[in-house]
Amino acid sequence: MSGSRSNICLKLSMKTKETTQFQDLESLLTAQFEQHSERIAEGDTPAMKSLRMKHFEAFKAVGFPDSSHEKWRFTDIESALNQDFCHELSASRSDRNIEELFRCEVHNFRSEIISVLNGWYHSENGPLFTNEDGVIYGSVKAAKIAYPELFDARYGHLAHGTANSFVNLNTAMVQDGVFIYVPKGVEASRTLQIIKMIDRDENVFVQNRQLIILEEGSKLSLMHCDDSINHHTSLVNTVTEVFVGKNAHFELYKLQNLNDASGLINNTFISQEAGSNVRTNTLTFNCGMIRNNIEVALNGPGAHADVLGLYLMDKQQHVDNQIRILHNAAHCTSNELFKGILDDEATAVFNGYIYVKRDAQKTNAYQNNKNILLKPTARINTMPFLEIYADDVKCSHGATIGQLDQEAMFYLRSRGISQSNARLLLMYAFAADVINMINIEGLKSRIDDMVKKRLRGELSVCEKCVLHCGTPEKEYHFDIDLSKL
Amino acid sequence: MEVQQNDNILEQVTTSDYKYGFYTDIENDMAPPGLNEDIVRFISAKKEEPEWMLEFRLKAFRHWQNLSEPGWAHIQYPKINYQDIIYYAAPKKKSLASLDEVDPELLDTFNKLGISLEEQKMLSGVAVDAVIDSVSVKTTFQDTLAKHGIIFCSFSEAVREHPELVKKYMGSVVPYTDNYFAALNSAVFSDGSFCFIPAGVRCPLELSTYFRINAANTGQFERTLIVAESGSYVSYMEGCTAPQRDENQLHAAIVEIVAMDHAEVKYSTVQNWYPGDKEGKGGVYNFVTKRGLCKGRSSKISWTQVETGSSITWKYPSCVLMGDNSVGEFYSVAVTNNFQQADTGTKMIHIGKNTRSTVISKGISAGRSNNAYRGLVKILPGAVNARNFSQCDSLLLGDQCGAHTFPYIEAKNETSIVEHEATTSKISEDQLFYCNQRGIDTEKAIGLIVNGYAKEVLNKLPMEFAVEAQKLLAITLEGSVG
Amino acid sequence: MLLNIKNLHVEIDGKEIIKGLNLGVNQGEVHAIMGPNGTGKSTLAAAITGREGYEITAGEIWFKGTNIVDMEPDERANLGIFLSFQYPVEIPGVSMTNFMRTAINAKREYQGLPPVPAGEFLKMMEEKKNLVEIHSKLTNRSVNEGFSGGEKKRNEIFQMAMLEPSLAILDETDSGLDIDALKVVAKGVNQLKSGENAFVIITHYQRLLDYIVPDFVHVLFDGKIVKTGGKNLALELEAKGYEWIKEQHLFEA
Ligand SMILES: Nc1ncnc2c1ncn2[C@@H]1O[C@H](COP(=O)(O)OP(=O)(O)OP(=O)(O)O)[C@@H](O)[C@H]1O
Ligand SMILES: [Mg+2]
Repeated sequence: MSGSRSNICLKLSMKTKETTQFQDLESLLTAQFEQHSERIAEGDTPAMKSLRMKHFEAFKAVGFPDSSHEKWRFTDIESALNQDFCHELSASRSDRNIEELFRCEVHNFRSEIISVLNGWYHSENGPLFTNEDGVIYGSVKAAKIAYPELFDARYGHLAHGTANSFVNLNTAMVQDGVFIYVPKGVEASRTLQIIKMIDRDENVFVQNRQLIILEEGSKLSLMHCDDSINHHTSLVNTVTEVFVGKNAHFELYKLQNLNDASGLINNTFISQEAGSNVRTNTLTFNCGMIRNNIEVALNGPGAHADVLGLYLMDKQQHVDNQIRILHNAAHCTSNELFKGILDDEATAVFNGYIYVKRDAQKTNAYQNNKNILLKPTARINTMPFLEIYADDVKCSHGATIGQLDQEAMFYLRSRGISQSNARLLLMYAFAADVINMINIEGLKSRIDDMVKKRLRGELSVCEKCVLHCGTPEKEYHFDIDLSKL
Repeated sequence: MEVQQNDNILEQVTTSDYKYGFYTDIENDMAPPGLNEDIVRFISAKKEEPEWMLEFRLKAFRHWQNLSEPGWAHIQYPKINYQDIIYYAAPKKKSLASLDEVDPELLDTFNKLGISLEEQKMLSGVAVDAVIDSVSVKTTFQDTLAKHGIIFCSFSEAVREHPELVKKYMGSVVPYTDNYFAALNSAVFSDGSFCFIPAGVRCPLELSTYFRINAANTGQFERTLIVAESGSYVSYMEGCTAPQRDENQLHAAIVEIVAMDHAEVKYSTVQNWYPGDKEGKGGVYNFVTKRGLCKGRSSKISWTQVETGSSITWKYPSCVLMGDNSVGEFYSVAVTNNFQQADTGTKMIHIGKNTRSTVISKGISAGRSNNAYRGLVKILPGAVNARNFSQCDSLLLGDQCGAHTFPYIEAKNETSIVEHEATTSKISEDQLFYCNQRGIDTEKAIGLIVNGYAKEVLNKLPMEFAVEAQKLLAITLEGSVG
Repeated sequence: MLLNIKNLHVEIDGKEIIKGLNLGVNQGEVHAIMGPNGTGKSTLAAAITGREGYEITAGEIWFKGTNIVDMEPDERANLGIFLSFQYPVEIPGVSMTNFMRTAINAKREYQGLPPVPAGEFLKMMEEKKNLVEIHSKLTNRSVNEGFSGGEKKRNEIFQMAMLEPSLAILDETDSGLDIDALKVVAKGVNQLKSGENAFVIITHYQRLLDYIVPDFVHVLFDGKIVKTGGKNLALELEAKGYEWIKEQHLFEA
């Protein structure tokens, strides 16, 4: 049994018991902010406080979007919001053995784990820690007190617009999250892994924040796992800001594996300086409703970004990827590839947007979205956009919607492969483009396994962590070796 | 033949100005500026329309009053004051029995445009409906067409002579509720062309409408309705020009096409409204709703457009593929220079089984212009085995312009296959140098390369138009080399 | 002298490729330029024809009595310089006929002549097509689009025949050609050859020179002409390779 002991959890109930009068989540949240702002803003620098106020005002003015909003036409955000939630104002305690919960052992993959429970930073290394490579990490709560100048200079500087209600809400109300600082020239030898779990016996609405700074010439690979442990509804609203300095290298692998009742709104902003290299890979395996807003700004010449994603959805799941790549400087390259397989009544939205600023000459940008629909009831909306104001560029994009290649299917079957295995093989081959872009060997084979399991329907919400460390390896029932593909 | 053409084209390139910018002094019959129910009644009365037509207009007008101008397109322009516009202007003499009755000034106008209204002097194989400002002034070859049972006349004439057909089809593809400009047009449209091809008839002539805005401060609101009965075929061409003026002029047209079983309609446009001057002053605001309904099985509607004019182009010729096995096509070349803005593309709505659509769009931006492709491909649940292929390329000439691509693809049927590809780049330096090395200067080389780039689309145009279109491309890009 | 290059220095992206090259070509002469890969042969051709990105940092290129270094590429072409490209580019949608006619008329305009009448032009096309044995199916297509390697080279010679330049630079026109095509190229050059014009032939192989006999053979190495000789030099190079020249050059340097 997990649950709260001493933390304050405020109920956000749409219907008050006495009046049964409908109250929307917006006003409940605003009321809560107004009432507890002191507590929420505890430890903020003055600049952060005013940032909170600015975003709070913006949220209060506009509230949540609905389907009449151009950017939300295809994602039913209303029903995700239309629930009773509890909103915590202090860290959760769990009855489970947290260390056990998060322990992960993956062959060939050494990672350093940062745990976040219900949005609150949790680590046996204490709230702020410098690892042997010199990478500093800890809770946002602690870091903003330890490094106020750093926060003033960076926090909220990428997620600065007020057009996105969820960013507004997050900036206004968020209390904790993960802070990572990689000093100049430091190369992290191990992958850092943020594991975010939701474990409550009631519905929670979680605001969560990451501030990640890579100074010049540094290197970091980060895995960011969103998981839910039980079957209660949760709605997680995350804002991640990443500053990638000159010639720095950053890799971000996001694993999204929440239960079917849960929603995830993930806002990631990455800013790249000259010569930097970024690779993000968003792997969506399970979740009721996911919205990924990813914005990568190439701000210095010679920067390169690979922005990749794979989504494997079934039942009534929904994923919405909104990817913005901003070429603000000349001589930058970007490569965007999102692939998805949709089964049952799953729906997906892809809206890619490549923007090439005037004078961002010698830009080379590529964008592609490929989809396979498996059932008559699956749906896809794809909108690959280009907006280009410089002439010396090479930009291209493509989008396809289709089925498994029938000729390939026949070929496989004529070699004696069963229909279902042939299907799996082809689906796997389809996904392989994205998986092959994972740089870390151990992680790649692990993800590879997960994709296979996911395609066989064996992987839904994991019992322990996303990497299934607790459960013994299951024998595959395949008559062919997928890894040879 | 080709050699001859190209020669002419290159000669034309040396004259850079908009050559259709003249104004003809013709006596006009005009409504006062402004829009209200009285004006709508005035237009209807002028045209001696039956009650049902007036009712249609009034409904549209009332609906329009409750709408607001759409703002989603990638275009910017000062607010249009709809009360400053004159909604009706007609050359004084009307209902002409023979060409002798046509105002000689008017004949001259069309001669200057390269369109002769005297049948014996015309390009053989083309019948023309000439629309100046608000009314159709002359339709040629009507008798020849009548022998085949083809009706080709002005819209007003159709309202008078074939009310049952107009009632049945008008607004059936583009209802007045469709959008802001469609509602406006439905309320105030003054004339246009009507065309009906009976079952099994292959129209022996290319049908064509020439539109011209002449009078100042007038809007042009014409309406075209084409009905192709089962197994018929027609190729239809539309061309347009306007005098050079400092103030902007509004053009909001509707084109509706209905194709029944196995019918095929090919609709070609060379749009050359006045684009404004080099500083972006003046020019036509071109807000057009064009839509074809492939109602019957195996019907086909094909749009080909060459867009070189207008200061603003807002148009999305679309196909609603309702009949099983029906086919929709869209071929477009849009060129923008100086301060022109274009937001154009298509919608392909797949409803029937085995429906197919092809979209080929070539955008060329120069100067300080912005050129956007916006397209929707929608596969509805019943559209089993629907196929779409779209290819949208953009070419940038100069570093002050913009090229944008906004495709929207919605698939609700798992057996459908949709493919979209697009590229954006500038003219290849290697190609330019190759031409230069052969003694061809950069301006001419660009003309050549751009024409080559657009060839795939230009090839879809009827011969008569292809030549004109090539010239226009070259002329529009004049002075874009910097 | 038709072409006189004096102390030419050429840079690409700030890197010096041609490093003080001298070359004189008189009317009626055929010059062969040979040399190892990457020594600057194509760069020289690009500098003479005025390709963008090839910066002349020092030296002069005199052609027909004018220093052409600041001239636009099309003006140089109209003055009579023709380059048969090592890698001819494809121009989709632009028909060969249209392309050639535009080029010929550009030249005529430069010379103050009226455009060539259609009939005459077509006759000329036929004539030259026969000369280089190029198939009509090629001239009816877009410029170089989908042409095979050899067809592209043949097309270059066809264009040369059409434009009748006073100086033709053939950059590895013989590479990738079968024996028959090689003879065709040679035939084209030899028929065009007169006392008025001149050829600069860049090649790696002696075999083309069996058909087009050069008056001079130059070895280009490290951005300079390091050796000049008669047609026997080509034979010697074929037999011995470039090592000895390199050694000699390095020794001297
Ligand atoms: N655009 C360019 N950018 C950078 N370097 C270049 C460029 N073009 C040529 N070079 C370099 O300049 C040198 C000379 O090239 P060039 O093409 O003139 O050689 P070449 O003598 O013609 O060789 P080949 O016999 O292989 O054709 C080479 O080292 C080449 O890599
Ligand atoms: Mg070379």
